[in-house]
Amino acid sequence: MNLDTPMSAAPQRASTGSPRMNQIARRQQIQDAIFHRLTQGFSLLVLLALMGIIVSLFINAWPSFQKFGIQFIWHVEWDIINEDFGAAIAIVGTLASAAIALLIAVPLAFGIALFLTETCPVWLRRPLGTAIELLAAVPSIIYGMFGLFVFAPLFADYMQVPLQKVLGGLPLVGFLFGGATNGIGILAAGVVLAFMILPFIAAVMRDVFEIVPPILRESAYGLGCTTWEVVRRVVLPYTNKGVVGGVMLGLGRALGETMAVTFVIGNANRMPTSLFSPGTSIASTLANEFGEAADFHLSTLFALGFLLFVITFVVLTLAKLLLLRAEKAKGI
Amino acid sequence: MSANDNFDHKKYRQRRRANAVGLTLSMGAMVLGLAVLLWILGVLFSNGLAALDGNLFTQDTPAPGTEGGGLRNAIVGSLMMVGLTVLVSTPIGILAGVYLCEYGDRSKTAELTRFVTDIMLSAPSIVLGLFVYAVAVATMGNFSGLAGSLALALIAVPVVVRTTENMLRLVPGSLREAAFALGAPRWKVALMVTLRAAKSGVITGLLLAVARISGETAPLLFTALNNQFFSTDMTKPMANLPVVIFQFAMSPYDNWIRLAWAGALLITLAVLALNILARVFFREKVST
Repeated sequence: MNLDTPMSAAPQRASTGSPRMNQIARRQQIQDAIFHRLTQGFSLLVLLALMGIIVSLFINAWPSFQKFGIQFIWHVEWDIINEDFGAAIAIVGTLASAAIALLIAVPLAFGIALFLTETCPVWLRRPLGTAIELLAAVPSIIYGMFGLFVFAPLFADYMQVPLQKVLGGLPLVGFLFGGATNGIGILAAGVVLAFMILPFIAAVMRDVFEIVPPILRESAYGLGCTTWEVVRRVVLPYTNKGVVGGVMLGLGRALGETMAVTFVIGNANRMPTSLFSPGTSIASTLANEFGEAADFHLSTLFALGFLLFVITFVVLTLAKLLLLRAEKAKGI
Repeated sequence: MSANDNFDHKKYRQRRRANAVGLTLSMGAMVLGLAVLLWILGVLFSNGLAALDGNLFTQDTPAPGTEGGGLRNAIVGSLMMVGLTVLVSTPIGILAGVYLCEYGDRSKTAELTRFVTDIMLSAPSIVLGLFVYAVAVATMGNFSGLAGSLALALIAVPVVVRTTENMLRLVPGSLREAAFALGAPRWKVALMVTLRAAKSGVITGLLLAVARISGETAPLLFTALNNQFFSTDMTKPMANLPVVIFQFAMSPYDNWIRLAWAGALLITLAVLALNILARVFFREKVST
């Protein structure tokens, strides 16, 4: 429904008669104009906030961008005392933990979405869906505490030690499983992140699976397809944009997540050499160092924050565009 | 019987098997997801309940090395900051949502605002903290509860805007047209007809926003900071549950870690209760 310009004049048009009615109409027009601008102003606040974030981060990051230039992105050093900084260690930690999280969360989310839309009995769909949404509502600091106190010790004994025994001796990939098995590190952070973003991705996937027209599904069933084939050959191709959009949304969350990562990644400013070695992500570096930073160090942290914002902004924009296209396909 | 002879039994069995494996794995994923939720809740309850006692609500956070203590200052600080955030972001969010649905609709400004709001919904919260540090803490010269509320508002407003808009869209157009036909101006239609019709949906959005911000830690780290003492002065650093949990959980003191678990249980219970409440509200709206 389009309520734009023509409708706004409509209520007043009848008032051609008495001067009293004209007066009322005039007053209402002015009230309307004020209300229109007022609400518009509030909605522009959101745009203003976004621009404010980009500008203020950039201004505060400028001293360090000026000193290090573009090299800042791949320089492998984080020396607070000598003020020699590079973002590479934190960027690698951020990307590696997010990649691990996606590798684990995407297949699981697909499974959950498949179960909720195809095999689950109808009376169970709502409670199970709600349970997954509640998992998404658990604050990230809880995931962090859970990861540090409960998950990490179990992960060390039952995952890292066997993995190292079996895969550590392999050529080429063996180094990935070297190092101390204390349950803290890039891999542990990735696993905790995976369970944090799982409900987000699963919820989006379930929603886009539900927009597949029943007639497509039923035609495939009518031809004798199994449920698995219907999902693989009909539902997935139909919803691929939406699915990728959901995955990107999860990626955006994983990249910017602070608390769940800070607790378990180990917070070491060294380049990680294996999946078990401690590292740091952009967000956890900020959380750990910002409180005590001053002067130039502070500006470097703003530069890190700026990079993080730019990366997540690009990822989230792509996600949004894909989801919008998926939504458009719904109309056909 | 020629059709039966051509029937590829091997292929058929293969397809059946692929189907069974796929569906079993998907059920396994569901079970795993539920198991993680129950596991987290179980751990929270067993650790949190052990630390829960009357002192939690009557004593302040303990100094390093001292025994006992509670979370009174942190609970009060969190409530005050969340309360202020709700007071600020409710009118902003609702009016912006009204604009997007009733006035902007398909205009370029509205499209752009919608897009940016969706990005802000998932923007890294720690970066919002950095922003507020730069514009509020650095200029005012000290950490404060106000700055913390501002950072939380940046998270809450997009949630309220989007849910308000979506709920207003559910209001049937005939309701608006009826009001217009009676000669009501647009602002009256928006505030007294559509917004009223969408009331429970909008409240759902507010509850979800409160649930979202009450567990946020990252944006408070460098805005509200923390305060070991009881304080209701919002222009000074303020204790709050998430940051206290973060600091206490990372500390070497046993009683601090126990308090962190108790705080974690309180926050999770509050967030889950708000989520369930929001769902109940929304369902009532749909059924009537």
